[in-house]
Amino acid sequence: MNNSEKKRMNGEAEEENEEDVEDEGRDAWERTYTDERSWEALEEDESGLLQPIDNKAIYHSQYRRRLQSLSATSAASRIQKGLIRFLCVVVDLSKAAGEMDFKPSRMAVIAKHVEAFIREFFDQNPLSQIGLVIIKDGVAQSLTELGGSPEAHIKALMGKLGCAGDSSLQNALELVHDTLHKIPSYGHREVLILYSALSTCDPGDIMETIQKCKKAKLRCSVIGLSAEMFVCKHLCQETGGSYMVALDEGHFKELLLEHAPPPPALAEFAIANLIKMGFPQRAAEGSIAICSCHREAKVGEGYICPRCKARVCELPTECRFCGLTLVSSPHLARSYHHLFPIEPFTEVSARQLELSRVASKTCFSCRESLLTPGTNKAGPCAACTKCKQYFCLDCDIYIHESLHNCPGCESRRITPAAASVTMS
Amino acid sequence: MATLPSKPIADDVSLLVVLIDTNPFFWSTSSSSLNFHQFVSHVLVFLDLIVRLSQLNQIVVIATGHNTCDYIYDSSLDTDQVTGEGELPALYSFVLQRLEEFVDKDEKLGAKQEGLSEKRASSLLSGSLSMALCYIQRVFRSGPLHPQPRILCLQGSPDGSEQYVSIMNAIFSAQRSMVPIDCCYVGSHNSAFLQQASYITGGVYVKPQHLEGLYQYLATVFAVDLHSRSFLQLPRPAGVDFRASCFCHKTTIDMGYVCSVCLSIFCKHHDKCSTCGSVFGKAQLDAASDRKRKASES
Repeated sequence: MNNSEKKRMNGEAEEENEEDVEDEGRDAWERTYTDERSWEALEEDESGLLQPIDNKAIYHSQYRRRLQSLSATSAASRIQKGLIRFLCVVVDLSKAAGEMDFKPSRMAVIAKHVEAFIREFFDQNPLSQIGLVIIKDGVAQSLTELGGSPEAHIKALMGKLGCAGDSSLQNALELVHDTLHKIPSYGHREVLILYSALSTCDPGDIMETIQKCKKAKLRCSVIGLSAEMFVCKHLCQETGGSYMVALDEGHFKELLLEHAPPPPALAEFAIANLIKMGFPQRAAEGSIAICSCHREAKVGEGYICPRCKARVCELPTECRFCGLTLVSSPHLARSYHHLFPIEPFTEVSARQLELSRVASKTCFSCRESLLTPGTNKAGPCAACTKCKQYFCLDCDIYIHESLHNCPGCESRRITPAAASVTMS
Repeated sequence: MATLPSKPIADDVSLLVVLIDTNPFFWSTSSSSLNFHQFVSHVLVFLDLIVRLSQLNQIVVIATGHNTCDYIYDSSLDTDQVTGEGELPALYSFVLQRLEEFVDKDEKLGAKQEGLSEKRASSLLSGSLSMALCYIQRVFRSGPLHPQPRILCLQGSPDGSEQYVSIMNAIFSAQRSMVPIDCCYVGSHNSAFLQQASYITGGVYVKPQHLEGLYQYLATVFAVDLHSRSFLQLPRPAGVDFRASCFCHKTTIDMGYVCSVCLSIFCKHHDKCSTCGSVFGKAQLDAASDRKRKASES
């Protein structure tokens, strides 16, 4: 068992202090066995065979807790979200990234999950851009420029996977600061550092660099893979980012994907601006033009910039000749669910469901029975606060994580009189 | 969830979710050669065809009304398996009866609201799309093997602009789950929402020119399963309009201004965003303190 101490940093320091007092003399790995005795959750049925553990209820309660914490942070006032994001992902490829505590190696795990993260990021933030930076041999290099095409970033990252030398946090921050300094004021500047090393070799005073980043309104977040470091914690606290340390591969993936949806934008960071954008039409079938991205003649599919009539291959992009940002309306529409989120459903206990006067106890959207399988008793379910329809737990998760529409509310026609009441 | 992903049963087994538009405002004013009864009869023969193509095919019918949406028929439910005698096959009479009940319920819900103008003649497409997607997710969870799902919209009512965001959400969710949304549009002008839906999800959009032969369009284009589509020449979209409409005049524009906070689209430069209230060019804190100062002065 690897003896490196891994503690989950979620701000509950008091809890950990109490545990420390009681379990002195025990290692962290021993303490996890005293806390969670997973073997006690196993059950046997009548014939002595092991029963499958009902993970559904546990999963749903974890999901609800996550949703509550998310909605609590954006409660009351309508906090703006940073929708146009310029994110620099800094990957630490120092010697520590070759450690094999994540199988097959930390570097391989990071690469795999960063690829998934990049795709998810562009899926949720179509107008944003990512730039990749790697730290190797004590020097930070910019792997890709800030750009909006996921394939280019992924290809560049996969080609450069080799770890060596020391890691230098200050060099990375300096490089990122220079890159992000030039972007327009309406964009949100973010940095995500995936740090494996336990030290940093800096040429100067890193505290000064941190202050410089804070003044430039860079929001730096760090995901550590080995242990918690003071300098990372200080950086995140000063700039308003989040610092988490991954416990294992699954946890790392979860932490990484948490950075994909837009973060709540702090009011002082966001300068609202009207950005001029073009909505190009598709080129006519069979038309031949030289495309501006590949510099070769292409037939048919492509888009025409409305200002300078140059042909581009894919959207969203910036026209190479006139600099106009070109998007299509679905790209903007992809972000609308962040602006018009649906409320979390309330949990309905089995007793409340039985008492309700609903004729057929089925989920409104998928028509699955809400009764516990094999019995006639009602199981737990969720209800929408506005349309009062009942939904099963799986639909609840799907609706809030992927669909962002409540089927009950969408299947009702609200008259203007009722609508004005609900809006006020 | 840490369960194994579900695999398709076979190439040619499909789950077809049909969304039928029963909006009375459209069907009563439609000047085309197709009335609602003929439309339903074409659709019923088509459903029968799907069932006969493979024993494992499943059909679900959801009705899109003016005031509500509901499930009409689910071929996998035991309660919906009916054997009957009479002139019409059991499937037809069952679906017809349920459709009648649905239309009555839809009408009753509408009667409570007064002062409805004829202009708002759109149906609740976003509701039935959302229900269809939830049902398909349930099928994905149901077991280790599942049929290949797709959605077929039989729509005639015009697009309701208030449903734009919900329909786009449903479209993106369908794209992520890889469920194609096909559309056979029987109304008068093309539906931009459904054209975008078919384009983004990889489905087929058809607006039949001769509505008396609707069954032929349905059988030749939409009866084929997803795998075999690669061997056919299906109707291609003539031109999908991706231009946006500005929030102030609702005109389609090809160049405009977008608010960086809420992504609303405007055709001319404004000082203040009408959707989110942000003042352009100023940091929000300054703008908020300006407003407070003005409020306290006045």
